[in-house]
Amino acid sequence: MNFPILSSLILLPSIGALFLFFTKSKSENKITAKYVALFTSLVNFFLSIYLWILFDQTTSAFQFVEDRIWIKGLINYKVGVDGISILFVILTTFITPLCIISVNNSITKRLNEFLIAILVMETFMIGVFCSLDLVVFYLFFEAGLIPMFLIIGIWGGTRRVYSAFKFFLFTLLGSVLMLVAIISIYWITGTTDVVQLYELGIDVKYQNFLWLAFFSSFAVKTPMWPVHTWLPDAHVEAPTAGSVLLAAILLKMAGYGFIRFSLGLFPSASEIFTPLIYILSVIAIIFTSLIALMQEDMKKLIAYSSVAHMGFVTLGIFTIQQQGIEGSIIQMISHGLVSAALFLCVGIVYDRMHSRLIATYGGIVTIIPKYAILFMVFTLAALGLPGTSGFVGEFLILMAAFKDNFLVAVLASLGVIIGAAYMLWLYKRVIFGKLINSELKKMIDLNKSEAFTLTCLAIPTLYFGFYPEPLINTIEVSISDLIDTYNFNVVSK
Amino acid sequence: MINIELIFPEIFISLSIMFLLILGVFKKNSSKIIHNISLLVLLITAVITFNETISINRTILFNESIVIDYLSSFMKIITLLAAFVVLLISSNYLKTFKIFIIEYPILILSSVLGMMIMISSNDLIVFYMGLELQSLALYVLATFNRDQLKSSEAGLKYFVLSALSSGLLLYGCSLIYGFTGSTNFNVISTQFNTNEYAITFGIVFILVGLAFKISAVPFHMWAPDVYEGSPTSVTLFFTMVPKIAALTVFIRFLYVPFLNLIDQWQMILVFLSIASMLFGAIAAIGQKNLKRLIAYSSISHIGYALAGLVTGSNDGIQSSVIYMTIYIIMNLGFFSCLLMMKRNNIYYEQIDDLSGLSKNHPLLSISLLIILFSLAGIPPLAGFFAKFYIFKSVIEQSMYFLAIVGLLSTVVAAFYYLRIIKIMYFDKEKDCYDKDHSLWLKLSLTFSTLLILIYFIFPSELIDVVSKINII
Repeated sequence: MNFPILSSLILLPSIGALFLFFTKSKSENKITAKYVALFTSLVNFFLSIYLWILFDQTTSAFQFVEDRIWIKGLINYKVGVDGISILFVILTTFITPLCIISVNNSITKRLNEFLIAILVMETFMIGVFCSLDLVVFYLFFEAGLIPMFLIIGIWGGTRRVYSAFKFFLFTLLGSVLMLVAIISIYWITGTTDVVQLYELGIDVKYQNFLWLAFFSSFAVKTPMWPVHTWLPDAHVEAPTAGSVLLAAILLKMAGYGFIRFSLGLFPSASEIFTPLIYILSVIAIIFTSLIALMQEDMKKLIAYSSVAHMGFVTLGIFTIQQQGIEGSIIQMISHGLVSAALFLCVGIVYDRMHSRLIATYGGIVTIIPKYAILFMVFTLAALGLPGTSGFVGEFLILMAAFKDNFLVAVLASLGVIIGAAYMLWLYKRVIFGKLINSELKKMIDLNKSEAFTLTCLAIPTLYFGFYPEPLINTIEVSISDLIDTYNFNVVSK
Repeated sequence: MINIELIFPEIFISLSIMFLLILGVFKKNSSKIIHNISLLVLLITAVITFNETISINRTILFNESIVIDYLSSFMKIITLLAAFVVLLISSNYLKTFKIFIIEYPILILSSVLGMMIMISSNDLIVFYMGLELQSLALYVLATFNRDQLKSSEAGLKYFVLSALSSGLLLYGCSLIYGFTGSTNFNVISTQFNTNEYAITFGIVFILVGLAFKISAVPFHMWAPDVYEGSPTSVTLFFTMVPKIAALTVFIRFLYVPFLNLIDQWQMILVFLSIASMLFGAIAAIGQKNLKRLIAYSSISHIGYALAGLVTGSNDGIQSSVIYMTIYIIMNLGFFSCLLMMKRNNIYYEQIDDLSGLSKNHPLLSISLLIILFSLAGIPPLAGFFAKFYIFKSVIEQSMYFLAIVGLLSTVVAAFYYLRIIKIMYFDKEKDCYDKDHSLWLKLSLTFSTLLILIYFIFPSELIDVVSKINII
């Protein structure tokens, strides 16, 4: 295992971006640029699949670890994956090529720069999920702000400047406290290496503050109520591909961070703050679902539904049970696929009609039937119909929640019902009903690349809905080990 | 005279200044030659200083009034190189304003000489001599574009306020001399009685004078006006070079004689640091002129450098030095961009003039983008590491309050850097700027941008160099 497969995964998109950067002077090369970007990201995808095949599911230890001296005597560049992170890596490499395919019509100006931004973004996102050192993690976590800021700001909608600033400053504000915490950890324990920290443990008396500092960063990124307000703005204004990346992957960084760092490093504090997370999650689920119900803008509706779904994720993580955490990870993967697809669906009709308002549409089922079918699949997946991946995650989370706290589980289940309501109502208003707007008759059904992207997303959604075994097998050992360590640490202190 | 070879760099510069002055008097139209010779002089001096560094350990000369150690050599080299680059990239700017005359390089050389004396000083009087030498040269430099009202105003303001601060500083020196009987740092450190309040008064006065020179809040009032009014190339000089020297004196003055009094001066520095970081970040938000904005940004950056000095540890000093080094590289890049904003012999310096820069000048704007994100301290750029080292040493001393305030003010500061990026990338484009810049300007921009960008690949190198600085 000498080939540095993880570093290649991290670096490859950047190399592609560099290549694009130096070939950009020829203006007619738009198509070439796209193929270069697509090729890079596809190579990365197959590399990550190869990684999954090589991955040993029977151990919870970190695999493919690379450890190099980076800042002498201070920080090592250390990357590796275990059952928890590998799925996110694959999700990232899977979503990125689809994003690149989807930029067909929506991005008309500065395509080259856009592709560069997406590829650089991919580097940072994979880096976040692979890094096994807190400083390296922070580096990738924060660096992602730069390309995302530009994606929203340059290619976004009318209020893009406001949204881009809000996104950047909210996230940065959350994260600086995490930096303080990371440096403190270094002075308390003498290392920022996650694997060593797992073994050493952190003194209980420091844990609460450190937990809160990490929480401030993850809560903004998740986003949890009440710091979720940047998300609808960012989603609405970002171009389709940007929204897809945001919803599918960026939000998962925080969920991943909760599992990896909050549970792994600060078990005692997590135990103390679990009620806080429960309350915030339940508020997020019910409150934002109700808000989603009243939205008139399709993208905003899906953005609020993302907040609600992430509420389930945080709830599941802090049940600290096998099903709960497994459910959370599956929910995150599923939400990555489904929300990506929903944003693409919105992008497709937006490209044709230049309106995101629900009221513009109605009765388009006869005009664009293929679209209607695929949109239905994702609508149902978003509301968690059995047979879709959304169901598996929510079901596991609720099961764990019932074991832990009956009231919370009941309230969360209420959110499922509201979720079904707003998704179905959205579908009804957009697809069915009377065809009033005569402009809609000119709409063309999905073209090949759109159909291809959506089908690509639909297949795993349904497949993992019926047969989630591959996912569960991958994460099972790592999670049970994590929980054992967690319980051991909590009990012993 | 033993060890006189150790001050060869200073001697060499002084002789060169005299030679250049005479050359300038007797030879007509010699500005170009003198400009080039000055460049050479700076480079040669840097090489001599570098050679010294390899061979010597800490040495004290001339009745213990001059100290040559690793810190002084490092800071001198940085000073010389920064001055070299300033001189290198400013020629086109000076020609445009018809101030490409012999006095300019000579004044820069004399101020550099003053700074080198400051950096090496181990005695209050030597230190004051160096300080005045550099200040006098800087007053003239600030008003160098004398046909412009703003430039003269800048020079006058700088002169009046600087003279006042020098007065305070001298008063502090005399207090310290009165209560210890010596002006020598080493002697002072053995002579004073820690319970003597007069000593503390002396330290406070000297700190005020020094804080003025590095424009730390609340002694920053002159900076925005002077930075805006001076010719851009001089502003570039102001933002970097005098601060290196003043910061070195800060280190030496606080850590050699008065380390025992850390309880007394630590809180003063904490205040200076926090006030500079916050004020610099908040006041920059409303600025419209890029030079004013960079003035406030440099105030807040000085706050971070001071945060490293608060700690009272070698780690802290080293992190400050690293911070200044990286800050200088970022500043060089920023000003290279500023010097490129020229159209039909007019230099533009309002933020709005950057509007839509990315359409017409993609390379220039991507460089500026990188520099600005680095100034904001976003990873993985060099500016992040600079802040990281500072906060590492601050948190080591359990000064969480300082660290949190500092990091929160980076968020505020990020806002105005983002605003520039927004104007560059999100707004409508204006006319093209000239593209025929001098090779040196392009090189300095390319190098500074690349250094900032790839710093994260080799972060150990700079630390290795700086970690040899041991004051305590």
